[in-house]
Amino acid sequence: MKRTAMTALVAALIAAPVLVAAGPDDDTLVVNGEIEMTTKAPAPAHMEGTGIDTIMSGWHFREDETQALQMDDFDNTGMIFVEQAQEVWNTVEGTEGKSCASCHDEASESMKGVRAVYPKWDEDKEEVKTLAMQINACRTENMGAEAYKYDSVPMASMEALIAAQSRGMPMNVAIDGPVRETWEKGKEIYYTRYGQLELACANCHEDNWGNMIRADHLSQGQTNGFPVYRLKNTKLNTVHGRFKGCIRDTRAETFAPGSPELVALELYVASRGNGLSVEGPSVRN
Amino acid sequence: MKKAITTGIAVALSPIAVWAADVAPGQIVYEDGTVEQSLTGAPGDPENGAIIMKTKSSGNCISCHEVTALKDAQWHGNIGPVLDGAGDRWSEAQLRAIVTNAKEVFPESMMPSYYRVDGFTRPGNAYTGKAPDGPIEPLLTAQQVEDVVAFLSTQKDE
Ligand code: HEC
Ligand code: HEC
Repeated sequence: MKRTAMTALVAALIAAPVLVAAGPDDDTLVVNGEIEMTTKAPAPAHMEGTGIDTIMSGWHFREDETQALQMDDFDNTGMIFVEQAQEVWNTVEGTEGKSCASCHDEASESMKGVRAVYPKWDEDKEEVKTLAMQINACRTENMGAEAYKYDSVPMASMEALIAAQSRGMPMNVAIDGPVRETWEKGKEIYYTRYGQLELACANCHEDNWGNMIRADHLSQGQTNGFPVYRLKNTKLNTVHGRFKGCIRDTRAETFAPGSPELVALELYVASRGNGLSVEGPSVRN
Repeated sequence: MKKAITTGIAVALSPIAVWAADVAPGQIVYEDGTVEQSLTGAPGDPENGAIIMKTKSSGNCISCHEVTALKDAQWHGNIGPVLDGAGDRWSEAQLRAIVTNAKEVFPESMMPSYYRVDGFTRPGNAYTGKAPDGPIEPLLTAQQVEDVVAFLSTQKDE
């Protein structure tokens, strides 16, 4: 792993003058002139031996124009979905006559810090739960409403509302204790070379971040910016939607959004971002 | 980089047998990082090889490699080495091994195997994300492999 990372680094340095974008930039991300984002941080201890000692937000790998769209909420299309979800938050749905607000009052208060610690252990169900799973549990069990489709726009929007309350706070998911087994499973998936192209997450995002794969500038594949508004598909994208796309691009049979495999992968990838600010909803291309 | 080990051994060869049909992916004989036998029994077309290497829905080699001779196509990646001079560094038989199954020459390489149909983990039906609905086709046909090898053989630094 180290060898390839080193080679990649050297290659990036040599190629620097001729490439449009080689390696991450050194810009700083401050949203609305007030939320200071930590977009580079020391790699968490569990990443020792990966060749990555500084973890970086995907924001650093985007063009200046794309970066700018995330610096002001008026330019961030993702914030439109936050506004819509704020309305849903206060809307009664389902057989129990409740809205999210019935139990959680103001999202701006009750949801502060929530995004930063998910996925996390669910004591009752004895499983790792993602934010999407919690949202659907609230809808079906507490409100008597229908579950959202796992990677749908309504789900992404609700996640965006919740993420937005933690913007600037460091990602801090637990990897020890009862979640450990799931975390290990996620790690195994991260390093498995899937599909006819035989590519693992690590091939692109650990060994080759900063390099170009055709027109794409590879980032470290961090999830701290999710949900992500992508200029390419002009919608809000969930973590599992992104994972599915990356696996499909290896000419593999993907895993379904919400599947145990992608839940485990989400926990593992999130833990590689521990220390980076929650940015969601962020803007990428 | 393993390429140092194998450079310099340019093997001149002429096809020994003419095959009625293409060599199938499972029939290829790898020997010390070489595949001596042409997959089609006929020389490849370097011009077509260039097109295959540039085309996103085909070989798409430039997604990982920069090649000066293919600069009419935009966006060359830098995951693998620049391929200028590949015809000096590698014999035709070595290039055929690299293109058909790069892992025979560079173990663990990130480079996909372009003429192999088994041994994959969760292979899909092309880029649909779904399970395959029939036997897996190699990424390139035998003729396309020979065309790409022919193009690479023309890549010599003067
Ligand atoms: C063939 C290369 C490739 C592979 C393999 C791959 N990805 Fe990606 N991934 C990309 C590209 C290209 C992008 C878009 C540019 C970027 O942010 O890196 C991307 C983006 C992402 C992002 C979005 C980052 C952001 O800030 O918006 C995440 C998260 C991600 N990948 C995770 C994964 C995971 C997890 C796997 C394995 C299941 C994986 N990727 C496998 C190429 C790949
Ligand atoms: C996903 C990335 C990727 C793709 C796509 C790819 N390669 Fe490679 N290739 C590599 C890497 C990485 C190496 C370096 C060998 C290693 O793995 O150590 C390499 C090595 C090579 C070499 C030897 C390099 C030298 O000059 O010493 C040749 C020749 C080559 N590739 C040709 C091709 C051709 C032709 C195609 C398309 C049909 C292709 N590659 C597609 C990643 C790729």
